[in-house]
Amino acid sequence: MAMDRRQFLQGAAAAGVGVAYSGMSLGQGSTDPIRLGLLTVKTGPLASGGIDMERGLDLYLKEHGGMMAGRRVDLIVADTGGSPATALTKTQELVERNKVQVLTGPLAAFEALAIDDYIRTQKIPTLSVAAAEDMTQRKANPWFVRATSSSAQCSHVMAYHCATVLKYKKMIVIADDIAYGQEMNAGFQRVFEENGGKIIQKLFPPLTAPDYGSFIAQLKTDADAIFLGFAGSNGFRFVRQFNEYGMNGKMKVVGGMTALDESVLRNMGDEALGILTVCWYSSELNNPINVKFAPAFRKAYGYDPGYYAAGTYVNGEILNAALLSVGGNAANKDALMAALKQTHIQTARGPVRFDTYGNVVGNIYIRRVERKDGRLVNAVVQTYPDVSQFWKYDPKKFLAEPVYSRDWPPAKNLE
Amino acid sequence: MKRSHFLLLAVLIALPWFAGEFYVNLASQILIAVIFAASLNLLVGYAGLTSLGHATYLGLSAYISAWLSLRMGLGHAITAPAALLLTTLVGCCFGWIALRASGLGFLMLTLALSQIVWGLGYRWVGVTNGDNGLSGLTRPAPFGIDLSDSGAYFWFVLVITTVVLYVIARFVNSPFGATLRGTRDQSRRMSSLGYDVWGIRWVTFVFASFIGAIAGLLYVYFNKYIHPSVMSVTVSAEALLAVIAGGSGTLAGPVVGAALVMLLKNYASAYVERWNMLMGIVFVFIVIAMPAGIVPGMRTLLQRLKGGQE
Amino acid sequence: MQFWQIQTLNSFALGGLLFLLSSGFALIFGLMRIANLTHGALFMLGAYAAVSAMRAGFGLALAAVIAALSVAVVGGLIERLVLRRLSGNAQGQVLATLGLSFIASDFCLIVWGGDTIPIQTPAMFQAPLRFMGLIFPTYRLVVVGIAVVVGMVLYLLMERTRLGAMIRAGVDDMQMARAVGIRASALFTTVFCLGALLAGLGGAVGGPIFSAYPGLDSDMLSLALIVVILGGIGSLVGTFVASFIIGFIYTFGTALLPDLAYVILFLPMVIVIAFRPTGLFGTIRT
Repeated sequence: MAMDRRQFLQGAAAAGVGVAYSGMSLGQGSTDPIRLGLLTVKTGPLASGGIDMERGLDLYLKEHGGMMAGRRVDLIVADTGGSPATALTKTQELVERNKVQVLTGPLAAFEALAIDDYIRTQKIPTLSVAAAEDMTQRKANPWFVRATSSSAQCSHVMAYHCATVLKYKKMIVIADDIAYGQEMNAGFQRVFEENGGKIIQKLFPPLTAPDYGSFIAQLKTDADAIFLGFAGSNGFRFVRQFNEYGMNGKMKVVGGMTALDESVLRNMGDEALGILTVCWYSSELNNPINVKFAPAFRKAYGYDPGYYAAGTYVNGEILNAALLSVGGNAANKDALMAALKQTHIQTARGPVRFDTYGNVVGNIYIRRVERKDGRLVNAVVQTYPDVSQFWKYDPKKFLAEPVYSRDWPPAKNLE
Repeated sequence: MKRSHFLLLAVLIALPWFAGEFYVNLASQILIAVIFAASLNLLVGYAGLTSLGHATYLGLSAYISAWLSLRMGLGHAITAPAALLLTTLVGCCFGWIALRASGLGFLMLTLALSQIVWGLGYRWVGVTNGDNGLSGLTRPAPFGIDLSDSGAYFWFVLVITTVVLYVIARFVNSPFGATLRGTRDQSRRMSSLGYDVWGIRWVTFVFASFIGAIAGLLYVYFNKYIHPSVMSVTVSAEALLAVIAGGSGTLAGPVVGAALVMLLKNYASAYVERWNMLMGIVFVFIVIAMPAGIVPGMRTLLQRLKGGQE
Repeated sequence: MQFWQIQTLNSFALGGLLFLLSSGFALIFGLMRIANLTHGALFMLGAYAAVSAMRAGFGLALAAVIAALSVAVVGGLIERLVLRRLSGNAQGQVLATLGLSFIASDFCLIVWGGDTIPIQTPAMFQAPLRFMGLIFPTYRLVVVGIAVVVGMVLYLLMERTRLGAMIRAGVDDMQMARAVGIRASALFTTVFCLGALLAGLGGAVGGPIFSAYPGLDSDMLSLALIVVILGGIGSLVGTFVASFIIGFIYTFGTALLPDLAYVILFLPMVIVIAFRPTGLFGTIRT
């Protein structure tokens, strides 16, 4: 959208209305603060992850004296309430009223999709946290970088690990009946079956399922293991009920990147011990940055950082690096975006760089739940370095196929 | 129309010249919510039928329009009337089912029907793209006027809102509207007087779903994205709360109520972290201070003040 | 796994939970004609109250009693301070009860945070029950037992006590009940407290299965509405039977017809209400 005179006047008027906001000005001198917007969820069922997103970023800024690339950062936090329409309104508010130059978030895939078109027209560099595959694939948004993971980026790895290292032959996949869960399980199925395994059952309990009893009763007991593609607290609820139905011992349990997140582990008991999960992060990572970040987070908030807290913290590191390389000038969006995509740094999750679609290429970790100093942690047992969202496939061929879904790739080995 | 109405309209027309883009977009959303609440008010206020499933019509018309343009490649000149027509047809069917009951039964039937449609939106992935929603949508360009600019779109919505509110006012002030209120207050008497109470309610239900479909079109044009959550019970409930808080059965009630809810949700939430609680407190306060809603409550207050001066 | 046997037990367990959830709603609606849309929030408050009580060192049984009583107090306050002023104003009641549930759910978020908090199953029920090759969580059977006991106590209360006689008189004809000297005001408060007490009890007893989490309120409210409407207004027996019918429909429906998982609860309701607006057992047209 080209900026005509009238729009410029509108902008000026908006700035006039919003003078109450700190650091509001139209000029772009080198001492002006960088205006960073965080789209998160602080109310409703998704609030747990959303609050962690704010805390992770807050901690990053606190550790760095509220500065990035030598400039003060004004962080403006918006609560989308987990609704796509509100996510768009809040993004407009951040961009038009608060004049943010960079965005981080939102949490949920459908929120990211709701603001996708707006981000494109407004050209706002966005460090996304949501995992929807096509955001960095078939419908790649040139203004998005994602330093966390696409839905299937981690499950590809777990599938390979299950088939080749753990030598499982038959597996069940189960996930929430949302795009995120379906994409994750589809990626798992593809790699698992291409490495000689068979997916014998696929289950997608509706999001509104109050209870998993009727799904556990359906599990095919000849499976070697079950892969959990759950998000939020559903993984822990499932594991608990799995044990209550006497299923532990009948098959192994492995999980995706949000099945037994640190944020969930802190409410679990011994039933979680020994379960393997896969993620791009663990609070137990032994790298120079994380050995400071994780304890600092634990000290500040009383629990270990997980997916969401680490996601925004890593985003902070990446944004800082990109800003450094453009001399702290956040106003030149094209230059900043190019710098973001060229980021190649060490972060709390390990080394990070981006592919041409804006998705991270980085380490993926297999973790096992263990007890350490009285609390449950995801201890890293194996690292798969430099994993791309395309796994070992050729990006062009990968993108020529339909996006992962409930029915793609088709399951041929269901019993 | 009173002078104050013209004044309000003039201020609104001038809004894009003096308010920032965010406020213009917010105003567009408020107007869309006003149309939606006004359509629900036909049922809740004038027919005395509390519906908890009105989001169905907002969502259906948005989905139909989006699907026709994305999958069929049709232009807005065809998708818009088709969406309105098909949604209204669904309204015909759902009205026929829901009006088998009244009171809480009607509320539950509308809720159940809307939950079924919502479930289809989530689960019928081949058509709705499920949880990922439909994106890549465009706004129409009536008579060659580009509506991608926020100001232009606001004026477009303003024109339609004005027309819709005028039509609703004509509807409720017509003889039919008087009979409708009769069925609300004295349904047995109306029945014994020979009126077809069921038919009157059904026509109103269909009309309300048609106006709701208009709001749905404006909604999808504004967001250029549609997700099943738009058909959720939360959206229905919010509209219902807006109507009741503003004052059901009055023309201005849903306008005030919808503006209040939108401002609390989209504006106050930037300043008040606990905006959900604030919204709850505001609703409880309204219902205690003005049990019939803001507009009737203020009217009574004004009359009392005038009475005191004389 | 023995699919049919386990799913049948699952259906009974869910049915028992649904009865604990819905009986209070049915009681209040039957007498006062108030669709108490805070009911889901009261259930959630019960679950969270149990969380706090158990953190303070009480066992689940005592925590459930504490939760039930404290939610009953909240219910009494709601009736006295808000709903009392709105008698006959059905739309005002909708606004007030939904507004109150917004307040309650945000309150829970402030006090207990956004995490899902598990509620421990009592130690003696933690081991699954093994019987003729079937393995089933013991606690779920206990829940069915609790639901049956609560149902019987309510039945005796309604049929054999003075309070029950007054409630039945009020349900049939409030004006007549007033005329014979029943104090409607005290009766309403008592019944509302009782309804809230049942919701709080349900939240605590259901806790080990559902856990306490933000959003529990709305998940539960729609279930309660379905059960009560299906069973028929003003009929305790109807609510009891409908709870188990819904338990079976949901358990077998989601397993056998996964494509219909989202509509499986609502479709039967539409059919029943469309052909029998009083619900299965109700005598009063809704």
